[in-house]
Amino acid sequence: MSIGNVLGNDKRGRIELGAEKKVGWDEVTHGVVLHSFEDDATDVSSRKAEDRNYAQFSSYVATVASWRVIKPVYNRDICIDCQNCWIYCPDTSIISRDKQMLGIDYDHCKGCGVCVEVCPTNPKSLLMFAEAHNPEDALASWPEKKKKEEK
Amino acid sequence: MAITSIKNLKEFSTANDRFEGAHLLCPGCAHSMIVRELMNCTDDNLVIATNTGCLEVSTAVYPYTSWDTSWIHIGFENAATAASGAEAMYKARKRKGTLKNPDAPVKFVAFGGDGSTYDIGFQWLSGAVERGHDFTYICLDNEVYANTGGQRSSSTPIGASSTTAPAGRVSYGKKENKKDMMAIMAANGAHYVAQVAPNKWKNMAQAFQKALATEGPCYINAISACTTEWKFDAKDTIHISDLATDSLVFPLYEIVGGHELNITYRPKNIIPVCDYLGAQGRFRHLFKPENEHVLVEWQKRVDANWERLQRREEARV
Repeated sequence: MSIGNVLGNDKRGRIELGAEKKVGWDEVTHGVVLHSFEDDATDVSSRKAEDRNYAQFSSYVATVASWRVIKPVYNRDICIDCQNCWIYCPDTSIISRDKQMLGIDYDHCKGCGVCVEVCPTNPKSLLMFAEAHNPEDALASWPEKKKKEEK
Repeated sequence: MAITSIKNLKEFSTANDRFEGAHLLCPGCAHSMIVRELMNCTDDNLVIATNTGCLEVSTAVYPYTSWDTSWIHIGFENAATAASGAEAMYKARKRKGTLKNPDAPVKFVAFGGDGSTYDIGFQWLSGAVERGHDFTYICLDNEVYANTGGQRSSSTPIGASSTTAPAGRVSYGKKENKKDMMAIMAANGAHYVAQVAPNKWKNMAQAFQKALATEGPCYINAISACTTEWKFDAKDTIHISDLATDSLVFPLYEIVGGHELNITYRPKNIIPVCDYLGAQGRFRHLFKPENEHVLVEWQKRVDANWERLQRREEARV
């Protein structure tokens, strides 16, 4: 499975926050229920995000990409699939399938940098770059393995 | 896939996330790490009540919800009340046989910040625990009213600078000690009480699973490092939590049945409390020469507390 398959044809990150059409304060329904899904949600814990039918009320369809000034870039060649980044990501933005780390969901990532800090490989398989930085250039300029400091 | 027992992180990562991104919590907020992990460590249906606070205002910004489960928002004080009401109704409907799917396991969870747990919702939490509802209350303890701009709560530790107890020429910040909520809830009759931290993910997941499996009221105090009010860089959330648990400012332990205390994490190298305090902006003023006595007192108090916990673990009473 590749990240393209996961991100390919779903509703993730379609709406810029604040760009949605809102009703006035006196038009809001009292005791409103916001449904996360458009269909029966009883088996949601057994379905992956790409197999769920998200409703327009789920924040899954929104994006916070504009919050970022720096972004993490992922280097598959060094990654050992330890999943530290997955467990510590506060924004559900590390995409892991079948015990493999596939990549980063840039629609929901806010660029906090926690994933880079918890990455145990040498050199790190996730590094922060400026938002405008081209990922290919970033991968080309990846640092070499650091030798242990002699005592 | 059902996550019944979490052996390692690779296996855990096959869980299907039920807490969605694009919520509006600060970058690097520990709240969402804790909530995500709770929702990932069980496959059961969850009914979650959240009282007003950072978590609520950020995950239910109209017209969006970040929760892929039943979720109730209620006033600042009543997360425990809402959860106990929902639980009572569930039981009554089960007894009457009016549930659509009576065999599906349902767990009731309430989330509150430290302001709504230690101060404002204290009475309601105490009542819900006393009535013995089958629910788990999780306090996201960031030691300050972060949502309203950093006012002191009774969870704020001594010496911390907050907007209503600021440090300056005449004061070193808050002068009162943090409330011992763990002891209070154990004495209150909670069947399972635990203190957890997001950096020790396995410890935290086990505590969550234990609490969800325990029948009756459970209380979990989750340390949630706050980048905005503790004043550290967003990327350092896990590092600060590491310092908190390894300096024993936040010892990780559980109290089963109100008396059986177990220490669930013993740091290999205990670090000085100054390392933890020095990493955060809210304690910066304590390192001035005139405030040195506060640092000495801090270390003494943390040592005494660790001693007390170890004695209680040995005594089994």
